[in-house]
Amino acid sequence: MEKTRKSELLVAALQNGTVIDHIPSDKVFDVVNLLGLTSIDTPITIGANLSSHKMGSKGIIKIADRYFTEKECSKLSVIAPNIVMSIIRDYEVVEKKRISMPNEICGIVKCGNPKCITNHEPMQTVFDVVDKDNGTLRCRYCNKDIHKGEIKLL
Amino acid sequence: MDQTGRSLISLEGLDREDILWLLNHAARFEADPNRKILDGKIVATLFFEPSTRTRLSFETAVNRLGGRVIGFSDAATTSSSKGETLKDTIMMVSNYADLIIMRHYLEGAARYASEVSPVPIINAGDGANQHPSQTMLDLYSMLKTQGRLDNLNIYLVGDLKYGRTVHSMLTAMRFFSPTFHFISPDELKMPEEYKEYCRKNGIKFQEHSTFDEETIADADILYMTRVQRERFTDLMEYERVKDMFILRNDMLRNTRPNLKILHPLPRVNEIAQDVDANPKAYYFQQAKNGLYVREALICNALNLLN
Repeated sequence: MEKTRKSELLVAALQNGTVIDHIPSDKVFDVVNLLGLTSIDTPITIGANLSSHKMGSKGIIKIADRYFTEKECSKLSVIAPNIVMSIIRDYEVVEKKRISMPNEICGIVKCGNPKCITNHEPMQTVFDVVDKDNGTLRCRYCNKDIHKGEIKLL
Repeated sequence: MDQTGRSLISLEGLDREDILWLLNHAARFEADPNRKILDGKIVATLFFEPSTRTRLSFETAVNRLGGRVIGFSDAATTSSSKGETLKDTIMMVSNYADLIIMRHYLEGAARYASEVSPVPIINAGDGANQHPSQTMLDLYSMLKTQGRLDNLNIYLVGDLKYGRTVHSMLTAMRFFSPTFHFISPDELKMPEEYKEYCRKNGIKFQEHSTFDEETIADADILYMTRVQRERFTDLMEYERVKDMFILRNDMLRNTRPNLKILHPLPRVNEIAQDVDANPKAYYFQQAKNGLYVREALICNALNLLN
Protein backbone atom coordinates (compact mmCIF):
# COMPACT_ATOMS: atom_id res chain seq x y z
CA MET A 1 0.00 0.00 0.00
CA GLU A 2 2.80 2.31 1.02
CA LYS A 3 4.54 1.60 -2.26
CA THR A 4 1.49 2.45 -4.37
CA ARG A 5 0.96 5.75 -2.62
CA LYS A 6 4.56 6.66 -3.20
CA SER A 7 4.37 5.97 -6.92
CA GLU A 8 1.19 8.01 -7.21
CA LEU A 9 2.97 10.88 -5.59
CA LEU A 10 5.64 10.71 -8.24
CA VAL A 11 3.22 12.21 -10.75
CA ALA A 12 1.33 15.43 -10.17
CA ALA A 13 -2.38 15.42 -9.37
CA LEU A 14 -4.66 16.69 -12.14
CA GLN A 15 -7.28 19.36 -11.81
CA ASN A 16 -8.96 18.57 -15.14
CA GLY A 17 -8.00 16.05 -17.80
CA THR A 18 -7.45 12.36 -18.44
CA VAL A 19 -5.43 9.75 -16.58
CA ILE A 20 -4.47 6.65 -18.54
CA ASP A 21 -3.55 3.92 -16.11
CA HIS A 22 -2.48 0.27 -16.18
CA ILE A 23 -0.41 0.65 -19.32
CA PRO A 24 2.15 -2.15 -19.69
CA SER A 25 5.52 -0.46 -19.13
CA ASP A 26 6.85 -1.31 -22.57
CA LYS A 27 3.77 0.16 -24.27
CA VAL A 28 3.85 3.64 -22.74
CA PHE A 29 5.34 5.29 -25.78
CA ASP A 30 3.02 3.39 -28.13
CA VAL A 31 0.16 5.06 -26.25
CA VAL A 32 1.90 8.43 -26.64
CA ASN A 33 2.14 7.88 -30.39
CA LEU A 34 -1.35 6.47 -30.91
CA LEU A 35 -3.01 9.37 -29.13
CA GLY A 36 -0.77 11.91 -30.85
CA LEU A 37 0.37 13.29 -27.49
CA THR A 38 3.54 14.75 -28.99
CA SER A 39 1.46 17.45 -30.66
CA ILE A 40 -0.58 18.43 -27.59
CA ASP A 41 0.46 21.65 -25.84
CA THR A 42 -1.18 21.10 -22.42
CA PRO A 43 0.93 19.65 -19.56
CA ILE A 44 1.54 15.90 -19.80
CA THR A 45 3.12 13.69 -17.18
CA ILE A 46 4.44 10.34 -18.26
CA GLY A 47 5.42 7.66 -15.77
CA ALA A 48 6.95 4.32 -16.65
CA ASN A 49 8.22 1.31 -14.69
CA LEU A 50 6.05 2.15 -11.68
CA SER A 51 5.32 -0.73 -9.36
CA SER A 52 1.85 -2.19 -9.55
CA HIS A 53 0.08 -4.85 -7.48
CA LYS A 54 -1.73 -6.30 -10.51
CA MET A 55 0.86 -5.92 -13.20
CA GLY A 56 4.21 -5.87 -11.41
CA SER A 57 5.27 -2.88 -13.44
CA LYS A 58 3.07 -0.37 -15.21
CA GLY A 59 2.98 2.97 -16.92
CA ILE A 60 0.70 5.91 -16.34
CA ILE A 61 0.05 9.06 -18.38
CA LYS A 62 -1.73 12.17 -17.15
CA ILE A 63 -2.86 14.73 -19.65
CA ALA A 64 -4.19 18.04 -18.39
CA ASP A 65 -7.25 19.68 -19.95
CA ARG A 66 -7.71 17.09 -22.64
CA TYR A 67 -10.39 14.42 -23.12
CA PHE A 68 -10.47 11.68 -25.71
CA THR A 69 -13.24 10.42 -27.95
CA GLU A 70 -14.45 6.84 -27.93
CA LYS A 71 -12.73 6.33 -31.28
CA GLU A 72 -9.39 7.59 -30.02
CA CYS A 73 -9.63 5.40 -26.94
CA SER A 74 -10.50 2.28 -28.89
CA LYS A 75 -7.21 2.54 -30.79
CA LEU A 76 -5.42 1.67 -27.56
CA SER A 77 -7.17 -1.68 -27.34
CA VAL A 78 -4.81 -3.19 -29.90
CA ILE A 79 -1.77 -2.63 -27.70
CA ALA A 80 -3.15 -3.07 -24.21
CA PRO A 81 -6.68 -4.29 -23.60
CA ASN A 82 -6.65 -3.61 -19.84
CA ILE A 83 -5.91 0.09 -19.93
CA VAL A 84 -8.19 2.23 -17.74
CA MET A 85 -8.98 5.82 -18.64
CA SER A 86 -10.13 8.13 -15.86
CA ILE A 87 -11.82 11.43 -16.60
CA ILE A 88 -10.87 14.05 -14.02
CA ARG A 89 -12.87 17.18 -13.32
CA ASP A 90 -11.93 19.45 -10.44
CA TYR A 91 -9.57 16.84 -8.93
CA GLU A 92 -12.34 14.20 -8.87
CA VAL A 93 -12.60 11.07 -10.97
CA VAL A 94 -15.97 11.54 -12.66
CA GLU A 95 -15.75 8.53 -14.99
CA LYS A 96 -13.61 5.42 -15.37
CA LYS A 97 -13.57 3.82 -18.79
CA ARG A 98 -12.24 0.41 -19.73
CA ILE A 99 -11.03 0.28 -23.27
CA SER A 100 -13.03 -2.00 -25.53
CA MET A 101 -12.07 -3.33 -28.92
CA PRO A 102 -13.89 -1.69 -31.83
CA ASN A 103 -15.35 -3.79 -34.66
CA GLU A 104 -12.76 -2.56 -37.11
CA ILE A 105 -9.29 -1.07 -36.81
CA CYS A 106 -8.08 1.25 -39.55
CA GLY A 107 -4.61 2.56 -40.22
CA ILE A 108 -2.94 1.50 -36.95
CA VAL A 109 -1.87 -2.11 -37.24
CA LYS A 110 0.55 -3.59 -39.76
CA CYS A 111 -0.47 -6.79 -41.53
CA GLY A 112 1.93 -9.61 -40.66
CA ASN A 113 1.64 -11.22 -44.10
CA PRO A 114 4.58 -10.05 -46.24
CA LYS A 115 2.58 -10.89 -49.37
CA CYS A 116 -0.37 -8.70 -48.35
CA ILE A 117 -1.11 -5.79 -50.69
CA THR A 118 -1.16 -3.39 -47.70
CA ASN A 119 2.58 -3.93 -47.25
CA HIS A 120 3.29 -2.88 -50.85
CA GLU A 121 0.92 -0.05 -51.70
CA PRO A 122 0.62 3.41 -50.13
CA MET A 123 -2.74 2.54 -48.55
CA GLN A 124 -4.44 2.25 -45.19
CA THR A 125 -4.69 -1.13 -43.47
CA VAL A 126 -8.14 -2.31 -42.31
CA PHE A 127 -8.71 -5.15 -39.87
CA ASP A 128 -11.98 -6.68 -38.74
CA VAL A 129 -11.95 -7.73 -35.10
CA VAL A 130 -13.11 -11.34 -35.37
CA ASP A 131 -12.64 -12.30 -31.72
CA LYS A 132 -12.82 -9.47 -29.18
CA ASP A 133 -12.11 -11.70 -26.18
CA ASN A 134 -8.92 -13.14 -27.60
CA GLY A 135 -7.95 -10.05 -29.57
CA THR A 136 -7.89 -11.69 -33.00
CA LEU A 137 -7.83 -9.37 -36.02
CA ARG A 138 -8.42 -10.35 -39.65
CA CYS A 139 -6.91 -8.36 -42.48
CA ARG A 140 -9.72 -7.23 -44.76
CA TYR A 141 -7.43 -7.55 -47.77
CA CYS A 142 -5.50 -10.82 -47.46
CA ASN A 143 -7.83 -12.48 -44.89
CA LYS A 144 -4.94 -13.54 -42.67
CA ASP A 145 -5.50 -13.48 -38.91
CA ILE A 146 -3.28 -11.73 -36.41
CA HIS A 147 -3.46 -12.87 -32.81
CA LYS A 148 -2.87 -10.89 -29.67
CA GLY A 149 0.84 -10.74 -29.02
CA GLU A 150 1.69 -10.72 -32.73
CA ILE A 151 0.17 -7.29 -33.31
CA LYS A 152 2.66 -4.77 -34.70
CA LEU A 153 1.86 -1.09 -35.08
CA LEU A 154 2.53 0.82 -38.28
CA MET B 1 -27.20 -10.35 -55.18
CA ASP B 2 -25.51 -7.54 -53.30
CA GLN B 3 -21.92 -7.12 -54.38
CA THR B 4 -20.26 -3.74 -54.34
CA GLY B 5 -20.23 -2.37 -57.87
CA ARG B 6 -20.72 -5.92 -59.16
CA SER B 7 -17.05 -6.71 -58.63
CA LEU B 8 -16.29 -10.36 -57.88
CA ILE B 9 -13.47 -10.55 -55.34
CA SER B 10 -14.38 -13.69 -53.40
CA LEU B 11 -17.39 -15.96 -53.02
CA GLU B 12 -17.78 -14.95 -49.38
CA GLY B 13 -20.73 -12.65 -50.06
CA LEU B 14 -22.71 -15.13 -52.18
CA ASP B 15 -25.49 -17.25 -50.73
CA ARG B 16 -26.97 -20.51 -51.98
CA GLU B 17 -29.42 -18.79 -54.32
CA ASP B 18 -26.72 -16.53 -55.81
CA ILE B 19 -24.48 -19.50 -56.54
CA LEU B 20 -27.26 -21.55 -58.15
CA TRP B 21 -28.42 -18.52 -60.13
CA LEU B 22 -24.92 -17.97 -61.56
CA LEU B 23 -24.49 -21.68 -62.32
CA ASN B 24 -27.85 -21.69 -64.08
CA HIS B 25 -26.63 -18.85 -66.28
CA ALA B 26 -23.41 -20.76 -66.95
CA ALA B 27 -25.56 -23.66 -68.21
CA ARG B 28 -27.35 -21.27 -70.56
CA PHE B 29 -24.02 -20.10 -71.93
CA GLU B 30 -22.99 -23.70 -72.42
CA ALA B 31 -26.11 -24.24 -74.53
CA ASP B 32 -25.35 -21.12 -76.56
CA PRO B 33 -21.81 -19.84 -75.93
CA ASN B 34 -21.53 -17.42 -78.85
CA ARG B 35 -24.00 -14.67 -78.07
CA LYS B 36 -22.92 -11.14 -78.97
CA ILE B 37 -23.92 -9.54 -75.70
CA LEU B 38 -20.57 -7.85 -75.15
CA ASP B 39 -20.73 -6.04 -78.47
CA GLY B 40 -19.03 -2.65 -78.01
CA LYS B 41 -17.55 -3.57 -74.63
CA ILE B 42 -13.84 -3.57 -73.85
CA VAL B 43 -12.51 -5.88 -71.16
CA ALA B 44 -9.00 -5.51 -69.73
CA THR B 45 -7.12 -8.60 -68.57
CA LEU B 46 -4.30 -7.50 -66.29
CA PHE B 47 -2.09 -10.44 -65.39
CA PHE B 48 0.62 -9.20 -63.05
CA GLU B 49 1.49 -12.85 -62.59
CA PRO B 50 1.49 -15.21 -65.57
CA SER B 51 -1.33 -17.73 -65.83
CA THR B 52 -1.94 -19.09 -69.29
CA ARG B 53 -4.94 -21.23 -68.47
CA THR B 54 -7.04 -18.70 -66.58
CA ARG B 55 -6.17 -15.85 -68.93
CA LEU B 56 -7.01 -17.81 -72.08
CA SER B 57 -10.28 -18.93 -70.56
CA PHE B 58 -11.35 -15.39 -69.64
CA GLU B 59 -10.20 -13.95 -72.96
CA THR B 60 -12.00 -16.66 -74.91
CA ALA B 61 -15.14 -15.91 -72.93
CA VAL B 62 -14.96 -12.21 -73.89
CA ASN B 63 -14.21 -13.01 -77.53
CA ARG B 64 -17.04 -15.52 -77.82
CA LEU B 65 -19.46 -12.92 -76.47
CA GLY B 66 -18.34 -10.34 -79.04
CA GLY B 67 -16.31 -8.09 -76.71
CA ARG B 68 -12.77 -6.87 -77.20
CA VAL B 69 -9.79 -7.55 -74.98
CA ILE B 70 -6.90 -5.31 -73.99
CA GLY B 71 -4.29 -6.03 -71.35
CA PHE B 72 -1.03 -7.72 -70.56
CA SER B 73 0.07 -11.17 -69.53
CA ASP B 74 3.35 -10.28 -67.89
CA ALA B 75 3.88 -7.37 -65.53
CA ALA B 76 7.52 -7.08 -66.63
CA THR B 77 6.37 -5.29 -69.79
CA THR B 78 4.27 -2.69 -67.91
CA SER B 79 4.83 0.42 -65.82
CA SER B 80 4.48 -1.56 -62.61
CA SER B 81 8.02 -2.73 -63.32
CA LYS B 82 8.99 0.96 -63.23
CA GLY B 83 7.47 1.26 -59.77
CA GLU B 84 3.95 2.42 -60.64
CA THR B 85 1.48 1.68 -57.89
CA LEU B 86 -1.36 -0.76 -58.46
CA LYS B 87 -3.80 2.06 -57.86
CA ASP B 88 -2.33 4.15 -60.68
CA THR B 89 -2.37 1.20 -63.08
CA ILE B 90 -6.01 0.48 -62.25
CA MET B 91 -7.04 4.14 -62.57
CA MET B 92 -5.35 4.37 -65.95
CA VAL B 93 -6.83 1.15 -67.33
CA SER B 94 -10.32 1.98 -66.04
CA ASN B 95 -10.27 4.97 -68.39
CA TYR B 96 -10.26 2.54 -71.29
CA ALA B 97 -12.10 -0.61 -70.21
CA ASP B 98 -15.62 -1.45 -69.03
CA LEU B 99 -14.39 -4.29 -66.83
CA ILE B 100 -11.03 -5.33 -65.40
CA ILE B 101 -10.10 -8.97 -64.89
CA MET B 102 -6.91 -9.21 -62.87
CA ARG B 103 -4.49 -11.68 -61.41
CA HIS B 104 -1.88 -10.47 -58.96
CA TYR B 105 0.82 -12.15 -56.89
CA LEU B 106 -0.07 -10.06 -53.82
CA GLU B 107 -2.93 -11.11 -51.53
CA GLY B 108 -5.76 -8.60 -51.30
CA ALA B 109 -4.73 -6.85 -54.54
CA ALA B 110 -8.11 -7.44 -56.18
CA ARG B 111 -10.08 -6.14 -53.20
CA TYR B 112 -7.96 -2.99 -53.12
CA ALA B 113 -8.36 -2.55 -56.88
CA SER B 114 -12.15 -2.83 -56.51
CA GLU B 115 -12.06 -0.06 -53.91
CA VAL B 116 -10.23 2.39 -56.14
CA SER B 117 -11.63 1.39 -59.53
CA PRO B 118 -14.69 3.08 -61.05
CA VAL B 119 -15.30 -0.06 -63.18
CA PRO B 120 -15.97 -3.56 -61.79
CA ILE B 121 -13.11 -5.95 -61.03
CA ILE B 122 -13.09 -9.72 -61.37
CA ASN B 123 -10.46 -11.43 -59.26
CA ALA B 124 -8.66 -14.05 -61.35
CA GLY B 125 -6.45 -15.00 -58.40
CA ASP B 126 -4.62 -12.94 -55.78
CA GLY B 127 -1.63 -14.86 -54.46
CA ALA B 128 -2.67 -17.69 -52.16
CA ASN B 129 -5.86 -15.86 -51.22
CA GLN B 130 -8.88 -16.16 -53.54
CA HIS B 131 -9.69 -17.49 -57.00
CA PRO B 132 -13.49 -17.35 -57.17
CA SER B 133 -13.93 -18.27 -60.85
CA GLN B 134 -12.02 -21.53 -60.26
CA THR B 135 -14.33 -22.44 -57.39
CA MET B 136 -17.39 -21.59 -59.47
CA LEU B 137 -16.24 -23.84 -62.29
CA ASP B 138 -15.54 -26.63 -59.79
CA LEU B 139 -19.09 -26.26 -58.50
CA TYR B 140 -20.47 -26.14 -62.01
CA SER B 141 -18.61 -29.35 -62.89
CA MET B 142 -20.03 -31.09 -59.82
CA LEU B 143 -23.55 -29.90 -60.53
CA LYS B 144 -23.34 -30.90 -64.17
CA THR B 145 -21.95 -34.39 -63.55
CA GLN B 146 -23.96 -35.27 -60.44
CA GLY B 147 -27.19 -33.46 -61.25
CA ARG B 148 -27.13 -31.81 -57.83
CA LEU B 149 -24.85 -30.04 -55.37
CA ASP B 150 -26.62 -31.25 -52.23
CA ASN B 151 -25.35 -34.15 -50.09
CA LEU B 152 -22.28 -35.05 -52.13
CA ASN B 153 -19.34 -37.09 -50.84
CA ILE B 154 -16.37 -34.98 -51.83
CA TYR B 155 -12.83 -36.34 -51.40
CA LEU B 156 -10.07 -33.73 -51.42
CA VAL B 157 -6.65 -35.23 -52.06
CA GLY B 158 -3.10 -33.86 -51.91
CA ASP B 159 -2.03 -30.46 -50.65
CA LEU B 160 -4.83 -29.41 -48.33
CA LYS B 161 -2.65 -27.00 -46.37
CA TYR B 162 -1.75 -24.46 -49.03
CA GLY B 163 -4.27 -25.37 -51.73
CA ARG B 164 -6.38 -22.29 -52.28
CA THR B 165 -8.96 -24.15 -54.37
CA VAL B 166 -9.78 -26.66 -51.66
CA HIS B 167 -10.24 -23.93 -49.04
CA SER B 168 -12.59 -21.93 -51.26
CA MET B 169 -14.56 -25.07 -51.98
CA LEU B 170 -15.24 -25.64 -48.28
CA THR B 171 -16.74 -22.17 -47.91
CA ALA B 172 -18.74 -22.27 -51.14
CA MET B 173 -20.16 -25.74 -50.37
CA ARG B 174 -21.38 -24.81 -46.88
CA PHE B 175 -24.91 -24.31 -48.26
CA PHE B 176 -25.14 -27.81 -49.75
CA SER B 177 -24.61 -30.25 -46.82
CA PRO B 178 -21.57 -32.04 -48.25
CA THR B 179 -19.50 -34.73 -46.55
CA PHE B 180 -15.82 -34.01 -47.06
CA HIS B 181 -12.97 -36.46 -46.82
CA PHE B 182 -9.52 -34.94 -46.45
CA ILE B 183 -6.71 -37.14 -47.75
CA SER B 184 -3.20 -35.75 -47.43
CA PRO B 185 0.30 -36.30 -46.09
CA ASP B 186 0.70 -35.15 -42.49
CA GLU B 187 2.70 -32.08 -43.44
CA LEU B 188 -0.03 -30.87 -45.78
CA LYS B 189 -3.09 -31.58 -43.66
CA MET B 190 -6.16 -29.34 -43.74
CA PRO B 191 -5.32 -26.46 -41.37
CA GLU B 192 -7.13 -26.37 -38.04
CA GLU B 193 -8.85 -23.06 -38.86
CA TYR B 194 -10.66 -24.65 -41.81
CA LYS B 195 -11.66 -27.69 -39.77
CA GLU B 196 -13.01 -25.29 -37.17
CA TYR B 197 -14.89 -23.54 -39.96
CA CYS B 198 -16.45 -26.88 -40.95
CA ARG B 199 -17.50 -27.62 -37.36
CA LYS B 200 -19.04 -24.17 -36.95
CA ASN B 201 -20.97 -24.50 -40.20
CA GLY B 202 -22.10 -28.08 -39.63
CA ILE B 203 -20.02 -29.47 -42.50
CA LYS B 204 -19.20 -33.14 -41.97
CA PHE B 205 -15.63 -34.26 -42.58
CA GLN B 206 -13.23 -37.15 -42.03
CA GLU B 207 -9.46 -37.18 -42.32
CA HIS B 208 -7.37 -39.92 -43.88
CA SER B 209 -3.63 -40.29 -44.25
CA THR B 210 -3.73 -43.16 -46.72
CA PHE B 211 -4.94 -42.92 -50.28
CA ASP B 212 -6.11 -46.26 -51.66
CA GLU B 213 -8.98 -48.03 -53.37
CA GLU B 214 -10.79 -48.68 -50.13
CA THR B 215 -10.69 -45.08 -48.89
CA ILE B 216 -12.29 -43.65 -52.01
CA ALA B 217 -14.98 -46.31 -52.53
CA ASP B 218 -17.87 -43.99 -51.59
CA ALA B 219 -16.71 -40.89 -53.41
CA ASP B 220 -18.97 -38.91 -55.74
CA ILE B 221 -16.20 -36.41 -56.43
CA LEU B 222 -12.47 -37.00 -56.20
CA TYR B 223 -10.73 -33.63 -56.22
CA MET B 224 -7.02 -34.08 -56.81
CA THR B 225 -4.37 -31.43 -56.16
CA ARG B 226 -0.65 -31.34 -56.61
CA VAL B 227 1.76 -32.20 -53.78
CA GLN B 228 4.56 -29.73 -54.43
CA ARG B 229 8.13 -30.30 -53.35
CA GLU B 230 8.63 -26.67 -52.32
CA ARG B 231 5.86 -26.95 -49.72
CA PHE B 232 7.87 -29.35 -47.57
CA THR B 233 10.21 -28.21 -44.85
CA ASP B 234 11.47 -31.76 -44.54
CA LEU B 235 12.57 -33.08 -47.93
CA MET B 236 13.00 -36.61 -46.57
CA GLU B 237 9.30 -36.49 -45.78
CA TYR B 238 8.58 -35.33 -49.32
CA GLU B 239 10.52 -38.22 -50.80
CA ARG B 240 8.62 -40.59 -48.55
CA VAL B 241 5.12 -39.39 -49.42
CA LYS B 242 5.42 -38.07 -52.97
CA ASP B 243 4.25 -41.31 -54.58
CA MET B 244 1.59 -42.08 -51.99
CA PHE B 245 -0.91 -39.54 -53.28
CA ILE B 246 -0.97 -40.51 -56.93
CA LEU B 247 -4.21 -41.68 -58.49
CA ARG B 248 -3.82 -44.74 -60.70
CA ASN B 249 -6.44 -46.26 -62.94
CA ASP B 250 -6.54 -49.57 -61.06
CA MET B 251 -7.66 -47.71 -57.90
CA LEU B 252 -10.91 -46.81 -59.65
CA ARG B 253 -12.21 -50.38 -60.14
CA ASN B 254 -14.63 -50.41 -57.23
CA THR B 255 -15.57 -46.77 -57.16
CA ARG B 256 -19.12 -45.51 -57.65
CA PRO B 257 -20.37 -45.35 -61.25
CA ASN B 258 -21.19 -41.65 -60.87
CA LEU B 259 -17.69 -40.78 -59.60
CA LYS B 260 -15.92 -37.94 -61.39
CA ILE B 261 -12.29 -36.94 -60.96
CA LEU B 262 -11.57 -33.23 -60.88
CA HIS B 263 -8.28 -31.34 -60.82
CA PRO B 264 -7.71 -27.57 -61.06
CA LEU B 265 -4.75 -28.23 -63.41
CA PRO B 266 -1.88 -28.06 -64.21
CA ARG B 267 -1.32 -31.70 -63.36
CA VAL B 268 2.17 -33.03 -62.95
CA ASN B 269 2.19 -36.66 -61.86
CA GLU B 270 -0.55 -36.89 -59.23
CA ILE B 271 -2.94 -38.41 -61.75
CA ALA B 272 -1.31 -41.20 -63.76
CA GLN B 273 -1.67 -40.89 -67.52
CA ASP B 274 -3.67 -44.15 -67.69
CA VAL B 275 -6.54 -42.45 -65.83
CA ASP B 276 -7.13 -40.04 -68.71
CA ALA B 277 -8.94 -42.66 -70.80
CA ASN B 278 -11.25 -43.63 -67.93
CA PRO B 279 -14.73 -42.09 -68.36
CA LYS B 280 -14.55 -41.03 -64.72
CA ALA B 281 -11.73 -38.59 -65.56
CA TYR B 282 -13.32 -35.19 -65.93
CA TYR B 283 -10.50 -32.62 -65.53
CA PHE B 284 -10.29 -31.53 -69.15
CA GLN B 285 -14.06 -31.03 -69.44
CA GLN B 286 -13.84 -29.25 -66.09
CA ALA B 287 -11.43 -26.73 -67.62
CA LYS B 288 -13.79 -26.32 -70.56
CA ASN B 289 -16.66 -25.59 -68.16
CA GLY B 290 -14.56 -22.68 -66.96
CA LEU B 291 -15.38 -20.90 -70.20
CA TYR B 292 -19.16 -20.98 -69.61
CA VAL B 293 -18.83 -20.05 -65.95
CA ARG B 294 -16.60 -17.12 -66.85
CA GLU B 295 -19.05 -15.97 -69.52
CA ALA B 296 -21.67 -15.82 -66.77
CA LEU B 297 -19.35 -14.06 -64.31
CA ILE B 298 -18.30 -11.43 -66.86
CA CYS B 299 -21.90 -10.67 -67.86
CA ASN B 300 -22.92 -10.53 -64.21
CA ALA B 301 -20.14 -8.04 -63.44
CA LEU B 302 -21.41 -5.86 -66.28
CA ASN B 303 -25.01 -6.24 -65.11
CA LEU B 304 -26.03 -7.99 -68.32
CA LEU B 305 -27.73 -11.08 -66.85
CA ASN B 306 -31.41 -11.15 -66.14
